[in-house]
Amino acid sequence: TKLNFSSALEEERHVRANDRDYNERFSYADNRIKTAKYNVFTFLPINLFEQFQRFANAYFLVLLILQLIPEISSLSWFTTIVPLVLVLAITAVKDATDDYFRHKSDQQVNTRQSQVLIKGKLQNEKWMNVRVGDIIKLENNQFVAADLLLLSSSEPYGLCYIETAELDGETNLKVRQALTVTSDLGDDVAKLADFSGEVICEPPNNKLDKFTGTLCWKDNKYSLDNEKMLLRGCVLRNTEWCFGLVIFAGLQTKLMQNCGRTKFKRTSIDKLMNTLVLWIFGFLICMGIILAIGNTIWEQKVGSDFWEYLQWKELTINAVFSGFLTFWSYIIILNTVVPISLYVSVEVLRLGHSYFINWDRRMYYSRKATPAEARTTTLNEELGQVEFIFSDKTGTLTQNIMVFNKCSINGKTYGDVYDEFGHKVDITEKTPCVDFSFNPLMDRKFRFHDSSLVEAIKLEEPLVQEFFRLLALCHTIMPEERNEGELVYQAQSPDEGALVTAARNFGFVFRSRTPETITLYEMGQAVTYQLLAILDFNNVRKRMSVIVRNPKGQLKLYSKGADTILFDRLDPSNEELMFTTSEHLNEFAGEGLRTLALAYKDLDEDVFDEWMKKLLFASTALDNREEKLGALYEEIEQGMLLLGATAIEDKLQEGVPETIACLTLANIKIWVLTGDKLETAMNIGYSCNMLRDDMNTVFIISGHTMLEVQQELSKDKFSSGLDMEKTELYSSDSVFEETIIAEYALIINGHSLAHALEADLEQILVDVACLCKTVICCRVTPLQKALVVELIKRHKRAVTLAIGDGANDVSMIKTAHIGVGISGQEGMQAVLASDYSFAQFRYLQRLLLVHGRWSYHRMCNFLCYFFYKNFAFTLVHFWYGFLCGFSAQTVYDQWFITLFNIVYTSLPVLAMGLFDQDVNEQYSLRFPNLYRPGQLNQLFNKRKFFTCTLQGVCTSFILFFIPYGAFMTAVRDDGAHISDQQTFAVTIATSLVIVVSVQIGLDTNYWTAVNHFFIWGSLAVYFAILFAMHSDGIFTIFPNQFPFIGTARNSLNQKIVWLVILLTTVVCIMPMVAVRFIKADLYPTQTDKVRLLQQATRKQGPQEQNLRRVRRTSSRRSAYAFAHQQGYGELITSGKNMKVPTSSTSTYPLYSPTRGLTGTSSASICKCFRHQKH
Amino acid sequence: MGKKQAGTGPLSRRPDNSAFKQQRLPAWSPSLTPQTVLPTFYILSLVCLLLGIWLLITVEYTYELKVDYTDAGTCEQCFNLRKHAIDSSTPCKCTVSFHVPKTFPGDVFFYYGLRNFHQNLRRYMDSRDDAQMVGRKNNLKAPSSYCAPFDYDANGKPIAPCGAVANSMFNDSLTVMYNPTDGSKIQVPLYRKGIAWYTDKNVKFRNPPTNNTFSLQQAFEGTTRPLYWQRPVYELDDIDSNNNGFINDDLIVWMREAAFPNFKKLYGVLNRAQGPFTEGLPAGNYTLSINYNFPVEPFRGRKELVISMVTWFGGQNYFLPIAYLVTSGLILVTAVVLTTVFVKVGKKGKNMEE
Repeated sequence: TKLNFSSALEEERHVRANDRDYNERFSYADNRIKTAKYNVFTFLPINLFEQFQRFANAYFLVLLILQLIPEISSLSWFTTIVPLVLVLAITAVKDATDDYFRHKSDQQVNTRQSQVLIKGKLQNEKWMNVRVGDIIKLENNQFVAADLLLLSSSEPYGLCYIETAELDGETNLKVRQALTVTSDLGDDVAKLADFSGEVICEPPNNKLDKFTGTLCWKDNKYSLDNEKMLLRGCVLRNTEWCFGLVIFAGLQTKLMQNCGRTKFKRTSIDKLMNTLVLWIFGFLICMGIILAIGNTIWEQKVGSDFWEYLQWKELTINAVFSGFLTFWSYIIILNTVVPISLYVSVEVLRLGHSYFINWDRRMYYSRKATPAEARTTTLNEELGQVEFIFSDKTGTLTQNIMVFNKCSINGKTYGDVYDEFGHKVDITEKTPCVDFSFNPLMDRKFRFHDSSLVEAIKLEEPLVQEFFRLLALCHTIMPEERNEGELVYQAQSPDEGALVTAARNFGFVFRSRTPETITLYEMGQAVTYQLLAILDFNNVRKRMSVIVRNPKGQLKLYSKGADTILFDRLDPSNEELMFTTSEHLNEFAGEGLRTLALAYKDLDEDVFDEWMKKLLFASTALDNREEKLGALYEEIEQGMLLLGATAIEDKLQEGVPETIACLTLANIKIWVLTGDKLETAMNIGYSCNMLRDDMNTVFIISGHTMLEVQQELSKDKFSSGLDMEKTELYSSDSVFEETIIAEYALIINGHSLAHALEADLEQILVDVACLCKTVICCRVTPLQKALVVELIKRHKRAVTLAIGDGANDVSMIKTAHIGVGISGQEGMQAVLASDYSFAQFRYLQRLLLVHGRWSYHRMCNFLCYFFYKNFAFTLVHFWYGFLCGFSAQTVYDQWFITLFNIVYTSLPVLAMGLFDQDVNEQYSLRFPNLYRPGQLNQLFNKRKFFTCTLQGVCTSFILFFIPYGAFMTAVRDDGAHISDQQTFAVTIATSLVIVVSVQIGLDTNYWTAVNHFFIWGSLAVYFAILFAMHSDGIFTIFPNQFPFIGTARNSLNQKIVWLVILLTTVVCIMPMVAVRFIKADLYPTQTDKVRLLQQATRKQGPQEQNLRRVRRTSSRRSAYAFAHQQGYGELITSGKNMKVPTSSTSTYPLYSPTRGLTGTSSASICKCFRHQKH
Repeated sequence: MGKKQAGTGPLSRRPDNSAFKQQRLPAWSPSLTPQTVLPTFYILSLVCLLLGIWLLITVEYTYELKVDYTDAGTCEQCFNLRKHAIDSSTPCKCTVSFHVPKTFPGDVFFYYGLRNFHQNLRRYMDSRDDAQMVGRKNNLKAPSSYCAPFDYDANGKPIAPCGAVANSMFNDSLTVMYNPTDGSKIQVPLYRKGIAWYTDKNVKFRNPPTNNTFSLQQAFEGTTRPLYWQRPVYELDDIDSNNNGFINDDLIVWMREAAFPNFKKLYGVLNRAQGPFTEGLPAGNYTLSINYNFPVEPFRGRKELVISMVTWFGGQNYFLPIAYLVTSGLILVTAVVLTTVFVKVGKKGKNMEE
């Protein structure tokens, strides 16, 4: 808040380079980061203040104050202060540790070194000492210390490359370019020290992609935009050094401004618990009123006769006042129905469950050394209630690794492996790979199993050669050769990388490129092609071509693209081949592969010259340039000859189809939300088994207007006859959905989604989408992802989980009830925003079905028991009220009240809540429908709450009235009387502790040594403390605090006391046993059945779990392999990203933001062509 | 394992493979199977039945006799006299005769019973000072504020023992005369000491320190008797001077506050040393003579003398045996129902439908 305040005042920022005195006048934030909340002195007051803002703590504070008023203090102050202090202390310790780690990380960041230009010299300074207006030098791979204006860099044109993974999660490199005037300063320290430009710019804000400002220097003004800024959190890459001027520092940097507190997520149980606690308060007040009225009447009818013995002034005023006081007294006594330890215990349980997730070896991904991590410790039980999963595609379902899998060349397919009988062999890890050792430049990681293709290459079949030559030439990849023969390709899309890598291994090695040439090593020989034009990819064209001149002087056009597009532009003579290839494409697509068709064309010199002139003309056109260029491309890409097709596997992560199948069986609906194209998304849908051929209908919604979308949505319903069902759906909501047998799938496009999410259509969208088994949304923006999640949250009131890996998933991860980040990737944004993170999608199955289910089960049992226990414990006072003139006399010893919840009964139920397993993990995974109760909220809901509180009330009734009946006439076996209040208290307390211990024993399904220890230990501790508190010694020291001296000894040696305890226990427990037994017998739940099965099979030893292997049975047609961004063609031909050959060590980075540079690079295309003219 | 390997390598961050962390602790998972539940019910039913019968038989051989003397016999005028608690200066004596139909064999206990007297009111129960009654010198003259308004008298003198509980102590004295058929009158001898808990008598209640030269009366110097008492605390027992002060048995018994408004407290135990009482309390006619001090009329209470025998589990108590028998019956019924359900329905539903 302090931050916003200062930035609200600042309307414009003035920064003068190298002038600290000037800049200090504005008191800009320095570069010190402070995320820690407290220091040593402020910790106690601030922390206490924060803690008392919690409702429960404040409530107990009020109680404590009430207890200090002698007229109404029915309990000593220590009964509240002991638990309260304990709770506050535990929380404070936790907060202090958290803050300590924040201090440590702050310290670590603040003391990073950077080189600052001070008084004409570069000096090493800590980050925290960097000021606005300083010029600092960055070196390769260093973190940017503050938001900088790029002044100059080691690269030509003042370019520099940054990686913004920490900011937006995108791992590709981005280009930043300095102003020409400043880039001329170079690394001349003297010049830089003289630089006195003044920047006037916007105040600090959190927009990562926007910056406006002007630089005034030497009477000139230069406009500044985001392309000249290096933001804190970025890493400098592929740039030896650069200089920057600090504009925003510390907390005012865009990174820190973006670190808004993530919204605090609460689970539905939490919310329910809060409601219930409010109800309990209501109940408490009702009881208080009943007892107060009782007191008023009693005082009038009976008590007034008694006043001679009790001469209290307040009482003699009138009975109503006495009732009023009694009300407060009873509020104090009965406050234990909302035990303060409830909140702490729940936190402890969740923390424990989180640790179990962190410790799970089966969610540890050894290849990336990434364990699963519960980043939020307060959501665990909600993992057992998930109904909707929203998944990203790239990097989440898929590995984002493309593998050249198959190809079809001139009507012959390669890539399948056959055994000696001619049967297709499934390719596994063990299948022998083709030996590429003939090729010294091969990529060792490349695997191919069909040796016939290599033979064809070795036989120098011209079309096969041409096929790979095309792959090696027609692309926009930048090669990087660190050492001799050690090639690394920087590809914009992994598909392209896969294709070029394949060509490389098959002997057509793409080695280097200049703006005008491409050098291949064809079967070991260097061949240089002249690159004449790149006809770049875009979404309309869905293809790319290059025009090259080979060493023999022939002009060739090589083209690759979507089959449907390319087939239209083939020479008619190719029809037969097209037909065969088309069949192969179907086959590939059926296996879920991404396909591309390849074609080439020989060009006439004259035709090309003519076309080139037109191109040059068009590229300088001022208006409609894009269209004119497109038409020209179209003109030359005609009458091509088909070479074949490639099939690339978009490699799914391990176990994805199985996981999806399993989660579907658990009745979890999985929606895929991807920024990818419709085709790719569908393709993945098929390979993940989410879309299947046997589905009745796959609705594709891609309307561009509201009306179209509406029609499409409702048309679907009419055509499938869902409409009629839908009307019924309203009346019987979710139950009906289950009964629909037909399977539908819905695929909706981003622009249609925008319409469908509008208020008028969203209800229809939800209805239709929820009737479908599979929903895929493609081409959606990050914001839309969040909107979809929000929509389901709002309309279905179901628990949603979003899983993703990239920055574009952050919004949905934050919106969903539970956000899961895929870790181990380069970008950290998703993980940082997530509640849980792990390395592989398949771990989701374990997270939900094992950890989530257990957590939910444990938490629910815990809550049920806890409420039961406290009602049984507290309501005894209520019954006693009727016998003690509603005077708020406690039944128990005050120490018992103090310790009951925190000592005598806390550990067994915690052990149950931490370790209980109704069904072990193998069975949890084997029977996914065990997950159902969580989704239906069956284990803890309002009804369940009533049942367990009712059980508590009954128990308290029995606990009170059986001893009452027995003690009415009881005497000791030596004739002395024992119907005194103290013996009565000890008897009831002992019965209570035994009854609740037996009950927790019944509730515990999984008795580990810890459970045994805690349950028996608690009983032992109860008796030990009981005797200690009633001992002579402690009485002699504090006679007024321990008036129960000797009661334990004198009552627990009486047979009648034990007879009463036995009877009470039996009467309290046996009905519960009977009810549970009959329930399990007559209406066994799925869990009961699986438990039986588990017990039956335990004797036979553990069984190997048969994971159903899901086979893909799709025969769907095609997708194609391009990223959906505009290509890099222009940037390459402009040569802008090429290094001047003199610099030897640096690399050739290609990644650059296409968005940002399109303007400049389309102009540069002309430059390139002019070069050629020379 | 993991910690020692910390460093590089793919396994460095791998969680430990301990049974605890992997949630594979060996455990016993009991469940409510018919084989365990049904026998438990039958056995429990049998246990309760046997206990119930045993208790019932015991109780059947135990006698108890109650003599309500609130306004019976000649006590009516005393009853009227004591309408006001404070009006206690004039002594009042009365007698009530009663008949014991059967001989009470063995030890016989005499209780005074009060009805409708709420010793369990919160502020009444709190109105005492245990520190004073353990004989602490400081507390003796500075009673706890809990005792208010019974902590200091009108002159500001501390009251010992302070508080409402002590103030309202039962102060009737009861004498029982045996009237054998020969017309003679024999006083039934009672032990009036040893009727309190050992811990109360010896730990919880202590007199302020005294010695040969420093008498109990001197120890209580500077304090005054409770408002409603006729004599100070150091003169409670005329006969036995060791039974005076805070360790007076009657006081201790009274100070152990009853849990319910109707209660009885031990008054004395039959001294079976001599006469007709060696075998117990013989059947016949008796006369109860009362020094009628304790007013019950204001709160519509009753006073009674209870004569009772004691069994191994306490006095005559019909509640427990009946409760046990009823419980036994209910458990048996439940057990039968459960068995029927299990045999008829339960076995079918047991198979796992997948």
